[in-house]
Amino acid sequence: MAFEGLAEKLQAVFKRLRGKGKLTEADVEAALREVRLALLEADVNFKVVKDFIARVRERAVGQEVLESLTPAQQVIKIVHDELTQLMGGQHARLDLGGELPAVVMLVGLQGSGKTTTAAKLARLLTRQGRQPLLVAADVYRPAAVEQLVTLGQQVQVPVYAPGTDRDPVDIAREGVAEARRRGRDVVLIDTAGRLHIDDALMEELERIRQAVAPREILLVVDAMTGQDAVNVAETFHRRLGIDGVILTKLDGDARGGAALSVRAVTGRPIKFAGLGERVDQLEPFHPERMASRILGMGDVLSLIEKA
Amino acid sequence: MIWSKLKAGLARTREQLAGRIRAVVQGAALDEALFEELEAVLITADVGVATTQRLLERLRERVRAEGVRDAAAVPGLLAEEMRGMLEAVAAPPAAPGRGPGPLVILVVGVNGSGKTTTVGKLAARYRQEGWKVVVGAADTFRAAAIDQLERWCQRAGADLVRQHPGADPAAVAFDALQAAQARGADVLLVDTAGRLHTRVNLMEELRKTQRVLQRLDPTAPHEVLLVLDATTGQNALAQARHFTEAVGVTGIVLTKLDGTARGGMVVAIADQLRLPVKWVGTGEGADDLAPFDPGEFTRALFEGTPAGAGA
Ligand SMILES: Nc1nc2c(ncn2[C@@H]2O[C@H](COP(=O)(O)OP(=O)(O)OP(=O)(O)O)[C@@H](O)[C@H]2O)c(=O)[nH]1
Ligand SMILES: Nc1nc2c(ncn2[C@@H]2O[C@H](COP(=O)(O)OP(=O)(O)OP(=O)(O)O)[C@@H](O)[C@H]2O)c(=O)[nH]1
Ligand SMILES: [Mg+2]
Ligand SMILES: [Mg+2]
Repeated sequence: MAFEGLAEKLQAVFKRLRGKGKLTEADVEAALREVRLALLEADVNFKVVKDFIARVRERAVGQEVLESLTPAQQVIKIVHDELTQLMGGQHARLDLGGELPAVVMLVGLQGSGKTTTAAKLARLLTRQGRQPLLVAADVYRPAAVEQLVTLGQQVQVPVYAPGTDRDPVDIAREGVAEARRRGRDVVLIDTAGRLHIDDALMEELERIRQAVAPREILLVVDAMTGQDAVNVAETFHRRLGIDGVILTKLDGDARGGAALSVRAVTGRPIKFAGLGERVDQLEPFHPERMASRILGMGDVLSLIEKA
Repeated sequence: MIWSKLKAGLARTREQLAGRIRAVVQGAALDEALFEELEAVLITADVGVATTQRLLERLRERVRAEGVRDAAAVPGLLAEEMRGMLEAVAAPPAAPGRGPGPLVILVVGVNGSGKTTTVGKLAARYRQEGWKVVVGAADTFRAAAIDQLERWCQRAGADLVRQHPGADPAAVAFDALQAAQARGADVLLVDTAGRLHTRVNLMEELRKTQRVLQRLDPTAPHEVLLVLDATTGQNALAQARHFTEAVGVTGIVLTKLDGTARGGMVVAIADQLRLPVKWVGTGEGADDLAPFDPGEFTRALFEGTPAGAGA
């Protein structure tokens, strides 16, 4: 129910607006109330929605809009613009230049998709001519090492996995040394899933960061996450200074409002989207497409034309 | 006790939530503005728009009918209504030792929600209660899923029935039930691969697994547990609906409640799909699992509010 019908609902809102010809502030208010509900149902964070609606309102009740010949069209365009802007505009790439090897660290909550994504990234980088090394720094979850080793075989990328009776900080540090020795130019560190409120484990990540100075710290976020996404992202960002986000499990019907929220609270771009369990199912993230998806609009532009 | 752990885990959220509710009702008039603030509180707990509106509707009715004047009474009433929704569908977990054959529990859910861990925790719990436990490794797809389950079974002292990676999951489930019957086990837990509810062929695979179990015991599975990550938002409703359609979910396991997520979507699921929560997971250890208690759950969410959560 979250997914179906929303596009129609919004289209109905916009159609009603369009039918009015000239708009009053009250008309805009009514439309914004429904846009607000649509965003909340898509799990966009409550506070983010509030600010968003305030911004749209400010622009939409301006004289130019209300007195323009196509006020409804203007309002819809503003919603679309603001949403796209929130999503960061264009695709942001990984920054793996500078001193080699470039270190990438994957962090996030339990089960978000870090290990799978590490293998997917390794595969992608290999195809771009890089020579990655995977590092198994999750010593807690049962068989986490075996999982990474198996995935490493699938993507034909070596895995540094000295075992589970070691300190993850040492594993990370040695992983980088190992990469240098073997002439690998990217190090992908798979860390254990952890709660953002788990102080000891968050500190462990801080120590890994200090030890290996990652070029990219990527927060892996499940696209089905609800309102808590902002707390998670805020805390990981505050403690580590993340460089980007990878949104996983977008192959389902999650509306992905978490994406919008995470971007809004950290200011960091979403760099990739996970679209399946297989190692080839990782794609660059496109903000406009996600904006359309969150609004439940298959094709926002055609909608604007219809309005 | 696990609920105190849950409360500790929820402490920050609770402070926020309870603190916010307190701030909202403090000296406030009982008016629409107050209801709007309460709406915010419920939506940030992932209760969802529709169920939030239903809860507030009931609250308005009670305020009218009971002539409530004091805003301070409102949080307690709200907690009571929420608990009511959960209690209306509540049901205890199926218990071993009833029928002639093993109690068969099929564990399903989307990727990474906590299925394997929950199977491990349940195995440990049933073993501690003295039951003989067999576990079927029907996730033959995910890398090292079988190894992960094996660790849990070793820890718990349960028998694992496994095949090679890539084997037919239904065949593994069949083997596992056959073994459980032959060994006179009390419980069979079947771990399945994570799958998004939108994947039609994978949902069909689950249905096949269920049918195959029924060839050996027409009454199996006796419990189908849908494992939901408490961090999930409104997508949980779609998950619950699709898994129920496919394999007749009998109850929900709500995992990762030790974070700051409120798990409010289980209220929406109770309200809209009439599905009970049976277990909650509050950590990665074998003991971090408890039967669900609607009163404790709402109390843990509302504790500290002036009216004491109507417990
Ligand atoms: N459908 C789908 N499943 C995914 C995607 N990414 C990861 N998964 C699945 O999600 C589950 C969890 O993935 P993992 O890579 O083990 O997650 P993790 O973050 O390493 O988990 P922990 O190490 O336990 O914290 C697995 O079943 C993966 O196959 C995706 O983009 N789509
Ligand atoms: N904090 C916390 N972590 C949990 C809980 N339950 C499971 N986890 C963690 O969540 C991650 C995923 O758990 P799994 O049991 O592997 O999940 P799954 O559903 O079997 O995953 P797939 O088989 O890949 O779909 C692991 O890191 C678990 O340790 C819980 O109640 N609290
Ligand atoms: Mg992992
Ligand atoms: Mg599993």
